[in-house]
Amino acid sequence: MCLAVPGKVLEIDRAAAPLMGTVDFAGVQKQICLEWVPEVQIGNYVIVHVGFALNTVDEQEAEETLRMLKQMGALDDEVR
Amino acid sequence: MKFVDEYRSPEAVRSLVTAIRTATTRPWTIMEICGGQTHAIVKHGLDTLLPQEITLVHGPGCPVCVTPIELIDRAVAIALQPGVMFTSFGDMLRVPGSSTDLLSIKARGGDVRIVYSPLDAVTLAVQNPTRQVVFFAVGFETTAPANAMAVLQAHKLQLKNFSILNAHVLVPPAIRAILSSPTNRVQAFLAAGHVCTVMGFEEYIPLAEEFHAPMVVTGFEPVDILQGIHMAVRQLEAGRADVENQYARAVRREGNPAARAVIEEVFESSDRTWRGIGVIPRSGYRIRDRYRTFNAEERFAVDHIEARESPLCIAGSVLQGLRKPHECPAFGRECTPEVPLGAPMVSSEGACAAYYRYGKLAHG
Repeated sequence: MCLAVPGKVLEIDRAAAPLMGTVDFAGVQKQICLEWVPEVQIGNYVIVHVGFALNTVDEQEAEETLRMLKQMGALDDEVR
Repeated sequence: MKFVDEYRSPEAVRSLVTAIRTATTRPWTIMEICGGQTHAIVKHGLDTLLPQEITLVHGPGCPVCVTPIELIDRAVAIALQPGVMFTSFGDMLRVPGSSTDLLSIKARGGDVRIVYSPLDAVTLAVQNPTRQVVFFAVGFETTAPANAMAVLQAHKLQLKNFSILNAHVLVPPAIRAILSSPTNRVQAFLAAGHVCTVMGFEEYIPLAEEFHAPMVVTGFEPVDILQGIHMAVRQLEAGRADVENQYARAVRREGNPAARAVIEEVFESSDRTWRGIGVIPRSGYRIRDRYRTFNAEERFAVDHIEARESPLCIAGSVLQGLRKPHECPAFGRECTPEVPLGAPMVSSEGACAAYYRYGKLAHG
């Protein structure tokens, strides 16, 4: 039920109330409510649940997580 | 898909499993609260990759599972009334009430419809002014702002034919109830990532302190879950009990203030009954008086209904993490996803359904 998936914002309808936009989920496009992410820009990723963007994906944080994981992998290789 | 594939990487999974093995010196019991995480764990076999010292306990974070049977019966009673169009997320249709479920009502010709979003139910109300459209508003904090927004839209459009049957539950009071139980064995929690996307994680800080239990806000992909477990184990081994955020790409400390404001406008906290568990104080939302005209329980007189659970079902023990699904004598015999006795066998998030679907029959 708390399933939420990342999607890429393709269009934003600033005139709509509440704020709406087109979001792409690996080729499937849907109209999504963007009311709670008013700062969102085209090209940003948002986390979507039951038709609503709950937040924008913080790309810096995502990269930081992956960087940490890569470091961990490198350490494994050294141990081996 | 960006922000999904990289969190399913086999190399990252291997590194994290090694890191968890290295960090673990003693037995630890960790609960993942969210049913979505339970499914990811069982589906990907993550529990089988962990050192044997680590026990994962599945939590009650499945709204479909904990919605009280009385409310399923009320949903059925409302859906049976003439002139009603009953709308719901698909998960709720097969949940057994005392004598039947919503899907059976639909099969008998009742107007029961699956919607993707609560806003779709509002649209149906606009398009069908002669019908009473009712939306089954179940969910945790993740879904609460969407359901609140449907009420606000209906209010703005002055709809007289839209209402919600509200069954909202909250995570932190459930964690408190689990940690306060004399039979509790959970030492750390993976907090539910999408609940925290909305609410943030400040309300977990006093819980972690009071019960000296680490809480790690965790995402839903295999790499997320293993990293969350790794962070929890490191805290447990070091004797720390902090709130940490593994899912920082989606969760900020304060959550989403705009979404929280919508919840606050429409709902207030109230005591709530959890199916199989009982009443947990202040563990749900009720509709504020100023929006009571959108409360289906007031619009339709359905509070006289007496509910009856299957005597075979041990869902309560499963939801509290006291027993595993396959320890139930009815598991896979009297109770299957096709003919479920209890809600956890129905939902895409229920622990029993996960065990059944992914073939975990004997040694979990």
